[in-house]
Amino acid sequence: MIEPISIDLASLNIPSLAPMLVAIVGALIILCIDLFSKKLDKSLYVMLTILFLMIDLGLVVGYTGGTRGFFDMMYVDGISILSQIIILVASALFILLALSQKRFHEYRYPEYFALFMFMIAGFQFMVSSDSLILIFVGLETSSMALYTLIAMHNRARSTEAAIKYFTMGALAAAFFAFGSMIFYALTGSVELSIISEVLVASNFDNYPIILIGVVFMIGALGFKLSLVPFHIWAPDVYDGSSSALAGFMSIVPKIAGFIVALRFFEIFIAVENAWVQAILYIIVVITMTIPNMIALVQTDVKRMLAYSSISHAGFAMGAILIGTTQATSALFLYWILFLFTNLGSFAMLWVHRSKKDVLNDSDHPFEKFSGLVKSSPIAAAIMGMFMLSLAGVPPFSLFWGKMYLIGSAVNAGYLILALIMAVNSAIAVYYYLKLIVYMFLKDPVDDDRMVVMGNVNTTLKTVIGISVMITVASIIFIDPLLEMINYYVQISGY
Amino acid sequence: MEHILSILIFFPAVAALMAFIVDKDSIRVYGITVAAIEFVLSAYMWYMFDGNNAGMQFTEFMPIIAQYGISYNVGIDGISLFLIIMTTFMTMISLIGLTEKRDLKNLIITVLFLEMTMVGVFVALDAMIFYVFWELSLVPMLYIVGAWGGNLRIYASIKFFLYTFLGSLVMLVGMLYLAYVYSQTTGAWSFNLMDWNMLILPFDMQMWLFIAFFAGFAIKVPMVPFHTWLPYAHGQAPTIGSVILAAVLLKMGTYGFIRFSLPLFPDASVAMMIPMGVLALIAIIYTAMVAYAQEDMKQVIAYSSVSHMGVIILGIFALNVEGIGGSLFLMISHGIVSGALFMLVGVIYDRRHTKMMSEFGGLAAVMPMYAVVFGIMLMASVGLPLTIGFVGEFLSLLGFFAVSPILTVAAGMTIILGAVYMLVLYKKTFFGPITNPINKKLEDIKGREVAALVPLVMLVVYLGVYPKPILDPVNNSVKQLVQVMHIKAITPEAKEKIASVNTIGEAK
Repeated sequence: MIEPISIDLASLNIPSLAPMLVAIVGALIILCIDLFSKKLDKSLYVMLTILFLMIDLGLVVGYTGGTRGFFDMMYVDGISILSQIIILVASALFILLALSQKRFHEYRYPEYFALFMFMIAGFQFMVSSDSLILIFVGLETSSMALYTLIAMHNRARSTEAAIKYFTMGALAAAFFAFGSMIFYALTGSVELSIISEVLVASNFDNYPIILIGVVFMIGALGFKLSLVPFHIWAPDVYDGSSSALAGFMSIVPKIAGFIVALRFFEIFIAVENAWVQAILYIIVVITMTIPNMIALVQTDVKRMLAYSSISHAGFAMGAILIGTTQATSALFLYWILFLFTNLGSFAMLWVHRSKKDVLNDSDHPFEKFSGLVKSSPIAAAIMGMFMLSLAGVPPFSLFWGKMYLIGSAVNAGYLILALIMAVNSAIAVYYYLKLIVYMFLKDPVDDDRMVVMGNVNTTLKTVIGISVMITVASIIFIDPLLEMINYYVQISGY
Repeated sequence: MEHILSILIFFPAVAALMAFIVDKDSIRVYGITVAAIEFVLSAYMWYMFDGNNAGMQFTEFMPIIAQYGISYNVGIDGISLFLIIMTTFMTMISLIGLTEKRDLKNLIITVLFLEMTMVGVFVALDAMIFYVFWELSLVPMLYIVGAWGGNLRIYASIKFFLYTFLGSLVMLVGMLYLAYVYSQTTGAWSFNLMDWNMLILPFDMQMWLFIAFFAGFAIKVPMVPFHTWLPYAHGQAPTIGSVILAAVLLKMGTYGFIRFSLPLFPDASVAMMIPMGVLALIAIIYTAMVAYAQEDMKQVIAYSSVSHMGVIILGIFALNVEGIGGSLFLMISHGIVSGALFMLVGVIYDRRHTKMMSEFGGLAAVMPMYAVVFGIMLMASVGLPLTIGFVGEFLSLLGFFAVSPILTVAAGMTIILGAVYMLVLYKKTFFGPITNPINKKLEDIKGREVAALVPLVMLVVYLGVYPKPILDPVNNSVKQLVQVMHIKAITPEAKEKIASVNTIGEAK
């Protein structure tokens, strides 16, 4: 006789699930609308997507329920709310970039927007759970959608990029499954909190096997976060996808990955596990340094920015390695400021996108920006500002993130790491300056294959304007921002 | 007078933003007017400044990132007062003497932004605000050198930027560490320099932090062996860029030593007296010899700058009132003199589009006025008594004599060596027969050039004869600085050393 299963509906804590449901329902509604009429313009779908994202955001910000929900699968704590806010704001800004002047293949399909919403839901699940299984499901949902979004750009290189990303991603997913399996075998649970308890209680018994599990997880997360040496896909994939999507990829999937990494590595960092710390230390240092070196010799701005994003991911990963509360706050501060700066700079590339194939099969060679200050001074000034911000020149936004991050490294006794970060910032300046040099100090190249400002319109200008405002005026709102971040980080105990 | 410093900082920036609207044919007058107003404001500040008060004046305070102890905190004392006036003055003079024609509007806007950052550096009392202005000053300079410079301009500007940026990032880590130490000792976060001055640090920590700050300042000064960016930057920069670079930007480094390194790390400073003295000495003699070997007039002056900055460093690390006061005076005088010299080279470059000494000769016959002004500036640069250059150089050397007579005697060679390369430059350029027929038709200085150069000549002579107006307020603040160092020093040797070098004129 099987006991009848009775579950109290209140114990499910449905509100913890509501934000993701909004995104999923939104996606379904978009698909349904498409069934009725085929002639609808992309602007409708863009606005619908933004509306759903706003409802989603409202539910996230207003969430007051308990942290646990849905059979303990959901785990909505402070950093989950914070990262969902980042994801949703970045997504809303990104999707506005679809309203560009030129028409592109992917935006003709409503499925693009539906897939986009599914992806957002996937990311939200990833950050709002400490069950490895739900994290895996979220990871896969979002990744599958993302592969398709890349491929929909419908150029030979986009397809190549999508396939490359998919193959590598499949391997990473296998790694994740293997890692989870090992931890399940060791502890009998897939919940990170229980895994942590069991491991600590058993004083890390079976250490070699734990380390194998850690290595698998590093492989999986490292792929998602494009940490060196799992970064090889990143430049090609960024190169193959549209600039807007590349900007998106450098921010949103990574913050989701950071949250998972934060939750996972916290188990080991909290007890100062020497091996794991050493592995992470090495990965952080090479992730900051090597892409920096490679970025120096790039001839295409987008690839340069791709490598620079990898290096920035290394910086943020440093925060996870440090593991103090201040470092976690620094991670969020860094990533929020990075969001606007990087999205802004990729949007600036998007503005210059033309449909003509330019030299060497590259969309944005440095030469294209030669003497930009002569033809469109404001665009050049804005791009220059983004580059200085990425380089960490005060008072632009990312400097404050960098300062706070290096400060947290210093405070936690990681002086060498702080110096490595400082030196890497100095190396990075060179390639950011390279673009500034092209824009401001060189004469324009006379080549009609290179079209600048070909894709600009009011919507894009608005998105860039928002980014510029935040980049320039950041000094004013660092304080309230930091206060909010500290609040959320502290209530979730990281 | 509540907000005079904020007005001084942000007036040029606001004016620069508004300059975008001004028509490009009228922009020169706009730029000069703004710079003149800024100078009058700074002169008014000097008038209101209480010369007997050695502490900070006109202070303003506003928290910016309260949780991390960063605040907008500005104020001046006798140490920074004249550097600010020199900054506003030299900016005004360089704009008056500006002969650049290409993209004049962008250039003037950039110079005004640069003026904001330079004033900001000298008035900031919060380490992070100091750092913000310090770094931000690189960007306009990068643009000035890179856009209006010579053939190698891009290489020169990037080298300048990267070099200084790397050094200051190391300094940033030092600042963050110091703030951390402060929070550990007092429980509160602060980047306020006045708060930091209360800290007593152990010797080892002082040494490490001294080195971190040294990385930032020494590259900016520049001290040998970190000086290699300077000849390129000067050689490639347009005249106005060289003038501002030599007159103001280099002084940021030496100012940083006085403002940060000395009071924060007194024991480390005492320990580093001789090493810094030796480095300075190498800079003085080595670059003087390199300057002698140059064929480009601008390079001669660029290397002579490095050499003079060495004397300033020597004076600072004498750690007595004479030395520090003298080096501050030398900063002002070097600002005026080297600015004027670069401007003079600019004058001849505008006419001939070359700066090679071999192209000239006998200019005194065709350009008598020019030769006179050049001669006066040259004498001031060499340090002839009764010119502005003598006072600072003499005091700096006098100060260091109390530390090490041998090093000082060796450094005294700078006057001889300086005289050698400068007089050779003068001889090759101005005396002898006119070998190059093109030079016969050269016009003497006129109009705008006279307007820019005459005030400089007057200052050079006036302050050379009567340096008291500057020396008095400077000495008041320096005395207090030295006292702070003496009180804060933790090792008895350092205390004794500071006391012993500060006995000039007492032991009779």
